[in-house]
Amino acid sequence: MAKKRLIQAIREGLVEEMRRNPKVIVLGEDVEISISGDTRGLVEEFGRTRVRNMPISETLLTGMTVGAAIAGYRPVTHMMFANFMYTGFDSIANQAAKLRFMTGGQVSIPATFIATYGGGRSIAAHHSDTPYPLLMNLGGINVCVPSNAADAKGLLKSCIRGSNPCVFLEPGGRGGDMGEVPDDDYVIPLGQAAIKREGKDVTIVAIGTMVKPTLSAATILFDEHGILAEVIDPRTLVPLDEATILASVSKTGRLVIVDESRDRCSAASHISAVIADRGFRHLDRPIKRVTVPDVAMPYAPALERAVLPDADKIVQCVYALLQGGDTPQKGT
Amino acid sequence: MNLEGIPEQRRLAMLERMLLIRRVEERLGDDFRAGRLIAGVHLYIGQEAVGVGVCDHLNDRDWIASTHRGHGHFLAKGGSPESLIAEIYAKQTGVCKGMGGTMHVADFSKGIMGANGIVGGGISLIAGAALAASMDQSGAVGVAFFGDGAAAQGVLSEALNLTALWKLPMVMVCENNEWSEFSPAHTVTAGRISERATPYGVASVEVDGNDVEAVWGVAREAIERARSGRGPTLIEAMTYRLCGHVEAESGFLAGAKYRPDEEVARRRERDPLDLYRNALRDTGNLDESKWVEMQRRVAEVVSESVKAAEAAPDPPLSQIQDYMFHNQMP
Repeated sequence: MAKKRLIQAIREGLVEEMRRNPKVIVLGEDVEISISGDTRGLVEEFGRTRVRNMPISETLLTGMTVGAAIAGYRPVTHMMFANFMYTGFDSIANQAAKLRFMTGGQVSIPATFIATYGGGRSIAAHHSDTPYPLLMNLGGINVCVPSNAADAKGLLKSCIRGSNPCVFLEPGGRGGDMGEVPDDDYVIPLGQAAIKREGKDVTIVAIGTMVKPTLSAATILFDEHGILAEVIDPRTLVPLDEATILASVSKTGRLVIVDESRDRCSAASHISAVIADRGFRHLDRPIKRVTVPDVAMPYAPALERAVLPDADKIVQCVYALLQGGDTPQKGT
Repeated sequence: MNLEGIPEQRRLAMLERMLLIRRVEERLGDDFRAGRLIAGVHLYIGQEAVGVGVCDHLNDRDWIASTHRGHGHFLAKGGSPESLIAEIYAKQTGVCKGMGGTMHVADFSKGIMGANGIVGGGISLIAGAALAASMDQSGAVGVAFFGDGAAAQGVLSEALNLTALWKLPMVMVCENNEWSEFSPAHTVTAGRISERATPYGVASVEVDGNDVEAVWGVAREAIERARSGRGPTLIEAMTYRLCGHVEAESGFLAGAKYRPDEEVARRRERDPLDLYRNALRDTGNLDESKWVEMQRRVAEVVSESVKAAEAAPDPPLSQIQDYMFHNQMP
């Protein structure tokens, strides 16, 4: 074990997979210098044949990724900011997510798209989206939302070694977070949630960037109110480890989901629906969501803070839920 | 039509391939009109010379991507008519097991990355395949077929830019059939499509797309350029769509006309199949008995394929789950 920055763990995962398999290549805008740091310096070890700076042509980039994957490579394509996936969305939504299905399983598409997501850095709405709800709805794309360095490395390796298109979302602005990372070669299978903290009073499912404030909230809930929250990090949204969430809810009877996406049709909405459907008999309170309201991410830091979930909002929501009183309105 | 330099066997094989495409498409059009097919089909009739003239130079390691009008490219690249027809009949024996149908016929074992429901969707896929071929140094090439309509998509410019920069082994074949769905191409296209290659330093050429040997000639040069690492080429093949955009159109257009019958009749005079058959007859490559025999062979392939497709089972429900992901748990 060694303490590493999240972005450094991602980079190590990439380096190890590129050493392991010559078919792993990296494509994207500015992947040589790498603004987030995860592909920085790869070109020195692997050269410009395997690490390719692309023009700013997202439509082409995503389609080439799919084409190269079909033709035998394992491209890792860096989209830079998750919003830029929208520009190149055709080949993610229409080709990567569907070609295996539409061609009767003839082909697999081992392509990994990396993108930085989320708000909190005062870079406004074209660089701050949390787009996993629409990726989840595509059906044929795996969606990873690592919350810490060790998970990020292990999940990225699973994406690269797997046979399916994956979107790997890096928490924006949290790339410097430190975490313990195992020294050996390991992978984290997709679809296995992590229980970050055990508790008996309420289950809090926290996604990606929201795990950290949720763990802070859990500490406050215990210290100030004696509430024992069980915190679950799903780690991947497709596939989603429904069983772990359901087992926790069967124990606690309460569910709060913390999600940085906009509330309408969020990941939290989906998880709420799944648990309402399969776990209704266990619930003794309504399911609550702490999300971003249905607005674009504001530029002004004070407004941005106001819309993003944080530990205080999570505490308020959970406390009110357990008191049985009114909870704060969704998305505020 | 300049009939020099192509061996006779190859000429007859190209004619037979064009005839096969024609007869398959005619049969599918009949099937749609008779209510035997629910799916509207986009027929390649009138454009056969382009797919056949280009694909004659390709082998199974070379990749093509096609369009929504993709049956012809599938057959030109060596896809099996039986598995094509079964697919369009939505049967389990179809090349895509009934999951894709008419607009998605693909056979990866033959380098057919598939027809595509997204106009221009194949251009970027083939750029990726060309990148793979260039990294493998395999000498393989990628050919993207697309129409004049797709030339209005931004991805063409993106692909010209990048494939020129990286000298990727890609050939872009624009089949200008003069109709962008229901709009005359000239009403939605500025300038000449072939000239879009020029500012990127990409080689380009316009060719009579109804003259299979002319297509064959320019394709040979473009594919040779790509194979030898000298970069991409844009070919604009001038042709004409003798059928509608989609066979279902008479239903949804409800009698509305978008082009005069006289225009189609006039263009039928340069039917590429007739042109080639007559040219081969005039040069003595094709006598009447060979032609009769060729027609008999093709008719038999079509009728046997249809018979097999009719007898084939429907796809099982389990396929819905089976094909979304591959070995989901690594």
